[in-house]
Amino acid sequence: MKEATLLVFRGDSNGGQTIAYRVPVAPGMVVLDALHHIQGHLAPDLAVRWNCKAGKCGSCSAEVNGRPRLTCKTRMDDLPQDQPITVLPMKSFPRIKDLVTDVSWNYRVNRKIPPFEPRKGVEWKISQLDVDRVQEFRKCIECFLCQDVCHVLREHDKQEQFAGPRFFVRIAGLEMHPLDGRHRAALLKDQLGLGLCNITKCCTEVCPEEIRITDNAIIPLKERVVDEFYDPLTMLFRKVRGQ
Amino acid sequence: MTTNYETREHDVLVIGAGGAGLRASLEALAQGASVGVICKSLLGKAHTVMAEGGIAAAMAHVDSADNWKTHFRDTMRGGKLLNNWRMAQLHAQESPERVRELEQWGALFDRTEKGDILQRAFGGHTFKRLCHVGDRTGLEMIRTLQDRGVQQGIDVYMECTVTRLLTDGGRVTGAFAYWREAGRFIVFKAKAIVIATGGIGKAWRITSNSWEYTGDGMALAYEAGAELMDMEFVQFHPTGMVWPPGVQGILVTEAVRGEGGILRNKAGERFMEKYDPKRMELSTRDVVARSIYTEVKEGRGTEHGGAYLDISHKAAEYVKKKLPSMYHQFKELADVDITKGPMEVGPTCHYMMGGIRVEAETAQSTISGLFAAGEAAAGLHGSNRLGGNSLSDLLVFGRRAGLAAAEYAKRASASSFDNSQIDQAEKELLAPFSNSGTESPYAVQRDLQEVMQNLVGIYRTKEDLEKALVELGKLKVRTAKASVEGSRLFNPGWHLSYDLKAMLIVSEAVTLSALARTESRGAHSRIDYPNVDPVWEKKHNIIVRESGAMKRRESPLEAMPEDLQQILAEDRS
Ligand SMILES: Cc1cc2nc3c(=O)[nH]c(=O)nc-3n(C[C@H](O)[C@H](O)[C@H](O)COP(=O)(O)OP(=O)(O)OC[C@H]3O[C@@H](n4cnc5c(N)ncnc54)[C@H](O)[C@@H]3O)c2cc1C
Ligand code: SF4
Ligand code: SF4
Ligand code: FES
Repeated sequence: MKEATLLVFRGDSNGGQTIAYRVPVAPGMVVLDALHHIQGHLAPDLAVRWNCKAGKCGSCSAEVNGRPRLTCKTRMDDLPQDQPITVLPMKSFPRIKDLVTDVSWNYRVNRKIPPFEPRKGVEWKISQLDVDRVQEFRKCIECFLCQDVCHVLREHDKQEQFAGPRFFVRIAGLEMHPLDGRHRAALLKDQLGLGLCNITKCCTEVCPEEIRITDNAIIPLKERVVDEFYDPLTMLFRKVRGQ
Repeated sequence: MTTNYETREHDVLVIGAGGAGLRASLEALAQGASVGVICKSLLGKAHTVMAEGGIAAAMAHVDSADNWKTHFRDTMRGGKLLNNWRMAQLHAQESPERVRELEQWGALFDRTEKGDILQRAFGGHTFKRLCHVGDRTGLEMIRTLQDRGVQQGIDVYMECTVTRLLTDGGRVTGAFAYWREAGRFIVFKAKAIVIATGGIGKAWRITSNSWEYTGDGMALAYEAGAELMDMEFVQFHPTGMVWPPGVQGILVTEAVRGEGGILRNKAGERFMEKYDPKRMELSTRDVVARSIYTEVKEGRGTEHGGAYLDISHKAAEYVKKKLPSMYHQFKELADVDITKGPMEVGPTCHYMMGGIRVEAETAQSTISGLFAAGEAAAGLHGSNRLGGNSLSDLLVFGRRAGLAAAEYAKRASASSFDNSQIDQAEKELLAPFSNSGTESPYAVQRDLQEVMQNLVGIYRTKEDLEKALVELGKLKVRTAKASVEGSRLFNPGWHLSYDLKAMLIVSEAVTLSALARTESRGAHSRIDYPNVDPVWEKKHNIIVRESGAMKRRESPLEAMPEDLQQILAEDRS
């Protein structure tokens, strides 16, 4: 049987190093299968998160050969066969152990977002077109790979000021819900740091759900903020209303 | 020995954060209870997130003739009349309201022309009944519930595993758990506990289930003295992936057949014509799974030992729109474009019909203070579940469990228990670190999965089941000796050593019950007893712990009231 070498980060918040493991390669095998082989035969205490093994739950995120990916959807035969495969934990989150990182910050950010609230007196009739429009944002599996790759978090550590692409996607899903009656523009501008995004599109590139995060979520949200706060007419209107 | 542990207190403690647990939490909270919910994974990653096809509710948006009575009848017939009829009635009556509620909390479903929730066909359902959004219905459902829960103030304990219920004179009053991250202990005091821990599929080799499905909730309830029921009924979903090897068992949603997918064997024959000419591909899961199995066994299987499932006669755009995640799943994992050619599929262990015995109205188990809902509870589905009836089950009985638990908590005295239980739980959990054996829990799990796959699978015989019991006995000894490496910091090998214990309890319960039921009904097929036996139509198998050992009993079905009997008898087609 063919074999591959995986260089897997082993360590915790105090540090660590990559360790090489030899793993037999079966047809169609994914990196998560290789990690399971390591757990089952070589290192039973290797810490890895996973659930569905089918790209649906967003648990198995890691950096494979330097790229943030779902390990359950990364085929071994798509990676260069002649070199070892490196598997590192997501860099933007504090390390817990091996490939497991502390993603609890995301759950704290999520709590700041006001949930769906139907407009008063709506009739619960929705057209499929409206459903299709927001579908894209609601597919998010919370793998946090976009959070991992975004330089505002990864290099500039702006966790306190910036919610990150995942939550812009979530807000887009709420704001564009055909029956939602809330406004989240002020929140986006003042607390979630939408302005810090400089549209590099790195998040879109890594999203396993192929959500066009930048073009379809972030830019329209930026436009909403502009409309609401910087548009001269709206500003005038505000002044008149004394808001 | 008591090492350090933290203590938390809630009126209602919910174990499990899938659809059932979250719906229970929301309801208990609405009743004014303080609520804590615990889950083994991160919030939002429970099995519910993987549900694809849809949620069954007789809303009659597409087929106006649909109503609760037809849904009730379909559910009872699908379960071969072993269902708790009261649960089947409540489920059919309340599902539409629960779906509407979900919509009011922000869930978005696919729509009809008129702007109502769209419904699709599914096996065993007379009418188009499954509310859905593409093939990611579960994701929509769990996000809606989890976001609402967090906003409403539920305390969530993520990556925390309960290993023992704490009791006080026959009443459940707390739970002992460990944090997966640091391996530290936590003790919960609660006036009422709801178990919503899901199923047991990880005891089989080929399964659609994740690492979480180790039967913990059933094992916890069993150890605390509650009764388990109908444990022989394990659903093998007819269509799991069979190739490549790494993806074996991953689910291919029934929505493929719901949208018109056709099953063929190697020779290109549409074999369902032989097994169920009337319903064909949309027959019930037990029938389709056995049909595929038989085709393969008799040499008409595909290259990798499955059947072909083909949807490529539908327009490519339609397939991509209605089955987007199937399209991607096959493209990325199997190099198959399902809009151009067939998938290869075969049975995979999928769902547990049996579980904790509960009372229909309140979801209370047979011991006080303990409630159960969702896949962990038994009753609604009888001997075979219809697709889509699980997501609705979670909402209907999750809500009922939360309600009853909160009411129970209002009346109940404060939680108290004898601390020696905690000492024991700690000792048991830490044992693998000091065991001298050299075997890893992973090796034991692999062997357990082989035993259940080969001896307690789709078709069963007395010899196989007896052999399985012997093997399970040996595995118990090996589990007790298994040792783990490393520290308590996020150590999956250590975590598995507890999961194994739970898997062995439920595996034994399944095997004992399967051995006793000398007939074939629903998902339970005995080669040595191929027919239904009217005597067994009237009995449940009950598993209970007595003086430290597993005992099996039989319990008569409750007589069905006249009006429901009439509904069942109508339209005997
Ligand atoms: C791939 C797939 C597709 C499916 N599609 C459909 C469908 O289309 N329609 C349908 O009706 N049904 C479907 N089902 C079935 C349905 O999804 C499940 O039966 C249902 O989601 C179970 O929900 P639950 O709330 O009971 O448990 P789950 O959602 O599995 O949640 C269980 C929870 O319990 C927690 N837990 C378990 N043990 C412990 C412990 N010891 N301590 C603490 N927490 C614990 C887990 O962490 C988890 O949070 C599908 C199932 C699968 C696997
Ligand atoms: S586009 Fe914005 S959110 Fe996305 S990675 Fe770049 S800076 Fe971050
Ligand atoms: S938006 Fe995409 S990359 Fe970001 S968390 Fe969601 S699925 Fe993952
Ligand atoms: S394990 Fe669920 S996305 Fe990879």
